[in-house]
Amino acid sequence: MLGRAANGVYWMSRYLERAENTARLLNVGLRISVTRGADSTQDDEWRSVLVTTGQDLAYRGLHDDYESLQAFNFILRDRTNPSSVLSMIESARTNARMVRNSITSEVWESTNECWMQLSELLTRPVREHNMGDVLAVIRQLTTQVRGAIEGTMLRNEVFNFSRIGTFIERADNTARILDIKYYVLLPSLAWVGSHVDNAQWDTLLRSVAGDRAYRWLNKGTMDAKGIAQFLILDGKFPRSLIFAYNKIMSNMSGLAREYGHEAPSHELVRNRCARLHQANIDQIFESGLHEFLQNFISDTVEIGNAISADFKFVE
Amino acid sequence: MKLQDEDRYDEMFWPDGTVRPAYAEFLDWYNKQDPAWLRKKDKEAERVFRRSGITFNVYSENAAEERLIPFDMVPRIITAREWRRLTRGIEQRVRALNAFLQDLYHRQEIVRSGRLPVEMLQSNEAFLPQMVGFIPPGGVYTHIVGIDLVRTGPDEFMVLEDNARTPSGVSYMLENRETMMAMFPDLFTHIPVQPVSNYPRLLARSLDACAPDCAAPQPTIAVLTPGIFNSAYFEHAFLADQMGAELVEASDLRVIDGRVAMRCTTGYQPVDVLYRRVDDDYLDPLTFNRDSVLGVAGIMDVYRADRITIANAPGTGIADDKALYSYMPDIVEFYTGEQPILKNVPTWRCREEESLRYVLDNLAELVVKEVHGSGGYGMLIGPAASRKELERFRQKLRANPGNYIAQPTLALSTVPIFTRAGLAPRHVDLRPFVLVSPEGIEITPGGLTRVALKNGSLVVNSSQGGGTKDSWVLED
Repeated sequence: MLGRAANGVYWMSRYLERAENTARLLNVGLRISVTRGADSTQDDEWRSVLVTTGQDLAYRGLHDDYESLQAFNFILRDRTNPSSVLSMIESARTNARMVRNSITSEVWESTNECWMQLSELLTRPVREHNMGDVLAVIRQLTTQVRGAIEGTMLRNEVFNFSRIGTFIERADNTARILDIKYYVLLPSLAWVGSHVDNAQWDTLLRSVAGDRAYRWLNKGTMDAKGIAQFLILDGKFPRSLIFAYNKIMSNMSGLAREYGHEAPSHELVRNRCARLHQANIDQIFESGLHEFLQNFISDTVEIGNAISADFKFVE
Repeated sequence: MKLQDEDRYDEMFWPDGTVRPAYAEFLDWYNKQDPAWLRKKDKEAERVFRRSGITFNVYSENAAEERLIPFDMVPRIITAREWRRLTRGIEQRVRALNAFLQDLYHRQEIVRSGRLPVEMLQSNEAFLPQMVGFIPPGGVYTHIVGIDLVRTGPDEFMVLEDNARTPSGVSYMLENRETMMAMFPDLFTHIPVQPVSNYPRLLARSLDACAPDCAAPQPTIAVLTPGIFNSAYFEHAFLADQMGAELVEASDLRVIDGRVAMRCTTGYQPVDVLYRRVDDDYLDPLTFNRDSVLGVAGIMDVYRADRITIANAPGTGIADDKALYSYMPDIVEFYTGEQPILKNVPTWRCREEESLRYVLDNLAELVVKEVHGSGGYGMLIGPAASRKELERFRQKLRANPGNYIAQPTLALSTVPIFTRAGLAPRHVDLRPFVLVSPEGIEITPGGLTRVALKNGSLVVNSSQGGGTKDSWVLED
């Protein structure tokens, strides 16, 4: 397989995952803004979504306030914003087009269809009354792509590079979402355990589609440690950090089996994965959740770079 | 411009409006279909093409845009008898082209014999000195050729131009057939049509047969594309996919240990045959265009050492030259010893004083083309041009006569297209695709029919509003 094709498949999957996660964050923002009541002056929900997805700087370059509809449309469909959902779906589709011979025609067509439908749907700014509908369509379209990958791709190197892309992106995104809760949304320790705090945890779980699973596992009790434990260390939850790393590890093993040897990055993944398995939530809180997450995010970048170099993604 | 109705040859109907035998069964089927259902199918076809990304890129000032080549669902039908005659003519012409190219880069007997003026080569940028004295692996210059044919009467097919450089459009030939078979399966159970789906397999086989001696027993074939922004990217990806070949860009390739190798996830692997879809100029920045980022530095050295096959061979583009085209009847006779089976369109070479005078005097009746032009750009269709346009072209001709040739405005044949109001005649041409290998010449039955969708228009190029049709050759 060409290194450039591996790179294309990897980025196709990363962009799809990031687009989907950004759409989930938009859903959370939307939920907060409709539940907090009209008299509230707090507009943190959109700022936090922008900061989490690394778009705040670009946004502030264009706008003076965090008005709901304006922020929503910027994150969703602004073509000048490379991190908007629409731009990322377009990037995913461009990568898919580049590697269309490495993926099945169903994967290509569902990605192309996803892009075609979204571009059409988002030709004009989204109005207040259909913000929710648009997000539902995005979830549906990206789910179709995932279904096509799952259902039609050979379990070979192409599939493994695609999955590695998905889980590197997911690990990064979940870590950022968790970090933002602690670092941005709750600046004062005095708020910990307050009503605001609990509501924020709830929305955070929603953003990773983990609210029901968490409540089911914990009989409804919301506490910071429990939730952090769930998002970082619960191997059963498909958006947890440890789940993502386990998957990267198993896809690296898939590559090693196919190629007959392990790449140097394999050892790095094994090492970081083992470290995560040894961690426990008390230690993490003791030495600081924010520092832990920052380290995790840079570990994930390092893994991505090592894999890119080992498999000759670029010249 | 509009030709008089009595001038043109319609392939479906006799002048009295009754159907010709080749189309009888199709028309019978067509008349039995519900028009509303046909209109629905027509719409569906567009969606199918868009969804599978069968598009070509168009660049405007603002942004790149992916467009569809409009597909018309009325097939263009050729009888087995007509096709046999055409294939004999095409095969003869393609054999002559390869012999001509070999001669051109060796002893130039045709120039010595006085049949071709030496200026035709000297002043020609498509002539590559790097190819002189070199024989490509397998002795083949043009592995893939597209011969553009126009029809003006019952038995009159003429060659409009030869595409020996990098003929495109074959993916549309294949996809048009797939689309027709998916939309109207019952048509194909009633009417025996010769299949085209073998093309990619035959292409892979011919490329295999031209692999260099150092190649692996199962040669590695790669299709070289300029990338996803190229107008024919879909075709490049499609052909690579159908052949089971790698689709590579220049950035994937480099010369290592005297071979051209592609960057794979596990290291560099040698390429045996490169089906390149980039022009000569961009092939090797060390040899040709130094600013090219589409090429592979050093590939020409590897080529000249017989360590890779490049298809088509560099330097074959000279055969596409429209001034050289006018010598094709002589070229065919010189190398085959036979009279050409397929006629050329009569051509005035404006570099010749007498011809220039004739062209200037009769400009309003003629079609004028640039010698190196393609895609229907930079040409003048006299009968359709305004006074001002004619005058502007007259000046161009006087300033640089050698850059132009002129031809009579041909009454191209018509085939009906499907419109909301029913069948309506439109002008067509035909590009059959020819594969050349040491094992022989293969011509896929049919080819790409291009159709001018505008009523009366003679320009079939997709870049200028042309569409395509499925082209059928009937079984005997």
